[in-house]
Amino acid sequence: MAYVSGLRCRECGREYPAEPLNVCDFCFGPLEVVYDYEAIRRVASRERIQRGPLTMWRYEDLLPVDAERAINLHTGFTPLVKATNLGRLLGLNELYIKNDAVNPSYSFKDRVVSIAATKAREFGFDTLACASTGNLAGSVAAHAAKAGMKSFIFIPHDLEKGKVLGAAIYGATVVAVKGSYDDVNRLCSELADTYHWAFVNINLRPYYAEGSKTLGYEVVEQLGWRVPDHCIVPAASGSLFTKVWKGINEFVSLGLVQATGTTHMHATQAEGCSPIVTAYQAGWTHVRPVRPKTIAKSLAIGNPADGFYALKTIQATSGSAVSVPEEEVVEGIKLLAEYEGIFGETAGGVVVSALRRMAQQGAIGKDEVTVAFITGNGLKTQEAVESVVQPITVEPTVASFQAAVNGR
Amino acid sequence: MPSRRIKLTFPARLIKDPVIWQLGQKFPVVTNIRRADVREDYGWVVLELTGEEPEIERGLEWVRSMGVRVDPVSGDVVEG
Ligand SMILES: Cc1ncc(COP(=O)(O)O)c(C=O)c1O
Ligand SMILES: [Zn+2]
Repeated sequence: MAYVSGLRCRECGREYPAEPLNVCDFCFGPLEVVYDYEAIRRVASRERIQRGPLTMWRYEDLLPVDAERAINLHTGFTPLVKATNLGRLLGLNELYIKNDAVNPSYSFKDRVVSIAATKAREFGFDTLACASTGNLAGSVAAHAAKAGMKSFIFIPHDLEKGKVLGAAIYGATVVAVKGSYDDVNRLCSELADTYHWAFVNINLRPYYAEGSKTLGYEVVEQLGWRVPDHCIVPAASGSLFTKVWKGINEFVSLGLVQATGTTHMHATQAEGCSPIVTAYQAGWTHVRPVRPKTIAKSLAIGNPADGFYALKTIQATSGSAVSVPEEEVVEGIKLLAEYEGIFGETAGGVVVSALRRMAQQGAIGKDEVTVAFITGNGLKTQEAVESVVQPITVEPTVASFQAAVNGR
Repeated sequence: MPSRRIKLTFPARLIKDPVIWQLGQKFPVVTNIRRADVREDYGWVVLELTGEEPEIERGLEWVRSMGVRVDPVSGDVVEG
């Protein structure tokens, strides 16, 4: 059973019923789900969570949908791995990798989309939709397939076909929109007003976004019911970043875990699209939109919907925002792969490079519990690291092989 | 009558210009401001435009040509 009492405007506080709405009619501010925390407090316990399934649905009491009707591809409860090798390199004794690249459609988006798809069916929609250049597309299409719903994926017309193969395979209708990236944005915002469809990150965004809280819950539980000292999280719209913190914070306020100190939240972006980092460094309260130009395509959002709240989260947690030069994105991917055997996509490269910078600058104490969030799978952005493939060519003879590998 | 919810972002050189007033004068659209934050060097305004679709489009085209950035109110929706 879901303990939702409605939606509330994050700007003016006006309340709305729990319907497919995302902006306040009065001030056009974003809406957020409101929970009945008193009721949750009465039922939630570590034991109840531990008895639950090994998926994100073990936290059903804190999610805005009914778990019994969940569109569930078995998302979540992904590995939290102690990164001893990378930790040694960076001088960090308590470094962990949250490997969310191993979700059913290979990114953390399954968490948010699982909630949105479930909510969409609850509201009676028959079509799931989104505008995406990659991870979100795949996840929406996969969940629509499981739910027996139709799906529409909108992409910029010049996007490489391979980018949406992971969506088309599930039977989604892929719509290539002629025009700029901004045109796709505008069209989809308008379509969301026109069609009775569930646009997961538009009219269902308040519910959708809540799915990312489960990353925070899992980390706390997997650390043995401890809160981390630092979270290093990739940021595009800033939603994931704010919700990881919300998840940790809810566990603390419900008494499920004792906070020994503040968890410092660090948002990371690539320099080619770093509006949140720029605002943080300049001390602005609001994020100023930019035109994205980055290799980290999954983080290429120039006008982040939750930028303002990401800045507030940084402030509330004495965290920070860190950008990395474009050429360090691939270095980060390689570091993680070569030291920990985990292949993340470009967003993961951003996180690992930012982590390295923070460690080198002494921003993280050597015994502080630090979690780096790897949110998408490296097999999705192979073009970024193509240069690693340099096979040694040999004749089919032992001698040729020995000559070639000599000294390796 | 159709309406559109948008966010206008102004660069420093336009902060003192009555762009929104001009928009309402030049085109048959009604502007209704809901939220704003205007500083010395930068500003944004969230507003609703009401009018016929083509007029809204032409109005926004003019606003863009002035150097103002136009975005949907809920930020970018094209995700990675
Ligand atoms: C792999 C990956 N990591 C992180 C993000 C950032 O998510 P958010 O928009 O919630 O900041 C995205 C978003 O597309 C993504 O695809
Ligand atoms: Zn409001």
